[in-house]
Amino acid sequence: MINSGSNPMVTVRRLIVLALLMFGFGFALAPLYDVFCRVTGLNGKVTRNGALTEAVAVDSTRQIRVQLIAVNNEGMPWTFGPEAGDLLVHPGEQRLTHYLARNPTSELMVARAVPSVAPSEAAQYVHKINCFCFESQSLAALASQQMPLVLMIDPQLPQHIRTITLSYTLFDITPEPRQPDAAAARRIAL
Amino acid sequence: MRPTNIAALLFLGCFSAGAVAEWRLNLKPGISEISRSVFDLHMLIFYICVAIAVVVFGVMLWSIIYHRKSQGAKAHQFHESTSIEILWTLIPFLILIAMAFPASSTLIAMYDTRDGELTVQITGYQWKWRYQYVGEDVDYFSVLATPAEQISNQQPKGENYLLEVDKPLVLPANRKVRFLLTSNDVIHSWWLPALAVKKDAIPGFINEAWAEPQQPGIYRGQCAELCGKDHGFMPIVVEVLAEAEFDQWLAGAKAAKADAADAIQQAWTLEALLAKGEAVYRVQCAGCHQLGGTGISGAFPALKDSPLILNDREGHIQIVLKGKPGTAMQAFGIQLTPVDLAAVITYERNAWGNDSGELVSPQEIQALLQP
Amino acid sequence: MRWVLTTNHKDIGSLYLIFSLVMFLTGGCMALVIRAELFQPGLQLVRPEFFNQMTTMHGLIMVFGAVMPAFVGLANWMIPMMVGAPDMALPRMNNWSFWILPFAFSMMLSTLFMQGGAPNFGWTFYAPLSTTYAPPSVTYFIFAVHMMGISSIMGAINIIATILNLRAPGMSMMKLPLFVWTWLITAFLLIAVMPVLAGVVTMMLMDIHFGTSFFDAAGGGDPVLFQHVFWFFGHPEVYIMILPAFGIVSQIIPTFARKRLFGYVSMVYATSSIAVLSFIVWAHHMFTVGLPLAGELFFMFSTMLIAVPTGVKVFNWVATMFRGSMTFETPMLFSIAFVVLFTIGGLSGLMLAIAPADFQYHDTYFVVAHFHYVLVPGAVFAIMAGAYYWLPKWTGHYYHETLGKVHFWLSFVGVNLTFFPMHFIGLAGMPRRIPDYALQFADFNMVASVGAFLFGFSQLLFVYNVIRCVRGGDRADARVWEAAEGLEWTLPSPAPYHSFSESPDCDMPMQPGGR
Repeated sequence: MINSGSNPMVTVRRLIVLALLMFGFGFALAPLYDVFCRVTGLNGKVTRNGALTEAVAVDSTRQIRVQLIAVNNEGMPWTFGPEAGDLLVHPGEQRLTHYLARNPTSELMVARAVPSVAPSEAAQYVHKINCFCFESQSLAALASQQMPLVLMIDPQLPQHIRTITLSYTLFDITPEPRQPDAAAARRIAL
Repeated sequence: MRPTNIAALLFLGCFSAGAVAEWRLNLKPGISEISRSVFDLHMLIFYICVAIAVVVFGVMLWSIIYHRKSQGAKAHQFHESTSIEILWTLIPFLILIAMAFPASSTLIAMYDTRDGELTVQITGYQWKWRYQYVGEDVDYFSVLATPAEQISNQQPKGENYLLEVDKPLVLPANRKVRFLLTSNDVIHSWWLPALAVKKDAIPGFINEAWAEPQQPGIYRGQCAELCGKDHGFMPIVVEVLAEAEFDQWLAGAKAAKADAADAIQQAWTLEALLAKGEAVYRVQCAGCHQLGGTGISGAFPALKDSPLILNDREGHIQIVLKGKPGTAMQAFGIQLTPVDLAAVITYERNAWGNDSGELVSPQEIQALLQP
Repeated sequence: MRWVLTTNHKDIGSLYLIFSLVMFLTGGCMALVIRAELFQPGLQLVRPEFFNQMTTMHGLIMVFGAVMPAFVGLANWMIPMMVGAPDMALPRMNNWSFWILPFAFSMMLSTLFMQGGAPNFGWTFYAPLSTTYAPPSVTYFIFAVHMMGISSIMGAINIIATILNLRAPGMSMMKLPLFVWTWLITAFLLIAVMPVLAGVVTMMLMDIHFGTSFFDAAGGGDPVLFQHVFWFFGHPEVYIMILPAFGIVSQIIPTFARKRLFGYVSMVYATSSIAVLSFIVWAHHMFTVGLPLAGELFFMFSTMLIAVPTGVKVFNWVATMFRGSMTFETPMLFSIAFVVLFTIGGLSGLMLAIAPADFQYHDTYFVVAHFHYVLVPGAVFAIMAGAYYWLPKWTGHYYHETLGKVHFWLSFVGVNLTFFPMHFIGLAGMPRRIPDYALQFADFNMVASVGAFLFGFSQLLFVYNVIRCVRGGDRADARVWEAAEGLEWTLPSPAPYHSFSESPDCDMPMQPGGR
């Protein structure tokens, strides 16, 4: 504590630095939150992506039910869904499945699929070895695409989890002037 | 504060005694084990609070009555006592620890979403709910059914004013149902007091909750998170059916899809479509575009004498099916059946002096939706 | 020009108080629009879009325009006098920090007349309702928040510098009046969290205009992150609005109980621990967003812990009254009502802390009842009490005592009629922020609306009483109240334009006298 009678400008300077630090801290909360989510699986967003670095033994004594779900966000006209809604997998087993997407409009569109896992506790045990998530997917007018997904459930998955739901929400990120007319002009092909 | 305070309490007391049947002052125990334990927890903490209040306010009232200067009270100049201060730090602390046990065990039970026999995906939309029975191919929207005239005070209000929907969520009794919640646009919150379930529906993410209703009946709730203009007008209605009835209902709901496909192929007259279209319009469209098709200037465009409707038939159909991004106009193509879509478009093209005399057929809509 | 350029702490204190009174009445009118619409079921007066703008603006104006500036105004007036300083440490910055506010709020209020209307997403402005789905006026709202944030931070820096550096010789930290102590802690909270608020609105601004996606799931962001950052600011903010109130009440109760404050040291520690705990409880506002179980348990326990220091404060006030020699002038009436009604708000807060039960309370009128009990008969009553208590010192005249008591009783009845029934309608299932409601909630809503109008209009008595007191009235001597203790009461009433040109001696015995 600063003693009474000392120079107030010293106090003021320290307080200004503190305020600036806290402003920075506000922004730092964004990456900190991501780190926190990765550690705890907080928002069910951060799953492990990419190839496995080492082989994992398949635990054939357990079977995990994986529910695949698709959600279209507002104004997303694509038809989008998993080819199989329900998978039974053993932990450690690599399983290939697909999501199917079709662009029914008469224009090229770009979309991004954002994954989410419930229960969020399970998120860090879902390895997506090959995944279309977070990348932008573009589809020409009337085109369809099979989007492959290879996933593996980590054998470390806590025993009490028996069902995992993996959802993809599809967002429209087509770069366009967001003028209502331009959007309205993009019509379903006749 | 004394006399008036007591009078105010008495005043409130008379109110509540007079109309117990009508008025609800408290939570209800609900219809599941979890909701009952939440209710017990609520009553326990409430009584603890009342007890604390009685002690604190009692001492205060005592001082106010007996230690006033006008009664000749002399101030006693004590101003600290370490032992009593430690005591009144410790006692609340112990009460809190005692509270923490039942609270934690209820919370842990609420988070146990394992082994659901049925999964329902609940998606919040501005301003309606969509229910999808995962793996069952049953998928529908649930919209406020209270007529606009009741809201604008032109008609007397019904018994379930603002708490009624066209199609409730149907759940089986005595089966563990798992809910997956997400949203199409902004954050909503799905709340059914009878099941003590309240979970936010967040765009891009899924949340989990579960319930095991034990008592058939109809239960009502509302969206609990501010989600825009009609936040107050997106109720939740759940109908709990006995197990056998539920299975019947589910089979019927699946069969209804086939019936709907037949209905598309049926030949529809203009009159039949108009009648159906008006009913659909009242539920789906009148909230924004108003019953008379006048819209709200500056916010929602008028449909009456709309150049789009009068001059651009294809444009009209497109905007209904696909919505208008960046506005409240949603893509109804996925929300309604081809028959309903055709009916409401036909209605809009013929009502309020838009007399085009044209009919938009369900087959035409069907062809547009599934080319 | 005197008022525009003034650097005198008393002038600036008055400006703050007048500004906050104007904002209190403005925000109050918005509350009356809300209550008038909710008088009966059905939509009568306003449309839902406008209703949402009213709830949003009411919240923002009351929090940032009425309660916070009122406390800063009281601090400006009283802190230099209480610590024996000639003025605030940085008089010119003091002037700036006030004059930013009228501009910030003009900008905020002007959004009501813009295309698309004022902000309509609630004072908590959750993304994406406040970003992707917001009206265009949101940009003006963001700048207004920036400006009032800068104003608060400058004010807080000034207060800390005054307290730490300008105390009179002999005025040690543990001799500081509690109002000064609570404000010191509040000012640190302000400096810690207002920048975080500035950060969160800046992130919103970038999401809206510069294509980042902090809060947009489509770009890899998370709307829940917004809530975490907002409540990291928001919960300490709640204590920013109540800690100075604790301080005011701790000044008033000993005066009218004619007895020293019970447990001064424990009061200081309790206030500090409330401030520290406020940084680790924020997610109790978010029990329903789907936190993991461990997080839910942690925030439930930490929130329950806050009841301990808060309880200590309430017990200390009661012990101060116990075996005192009490009289009941208007400031004391408001202070007693503060203790009672704030305790009710605190107890309902304890109920809300229980996470499983919170699933039933969250976002209902039970919450509305809870935080209005803490903020209206809590913060606002304390401000009223402080105003009545110090008015004779400021103006040299006593206010009209009978009128003050009438004002108190009307406010007391009005507040309870308004907010007590909200507990019932909340438990019965009415969500907050809805313009129309089901029939079962009708009767209590009607009672609440009647109470709101009673409370609202009785504030005009306060305005009249203050104006009357500034103009004239019975002369007050330096001591003002019979048992008032502290340096501020050694100055003549009205306090001279420059408080202490020479450092006072803090061990000087008080002069007897006064009312």
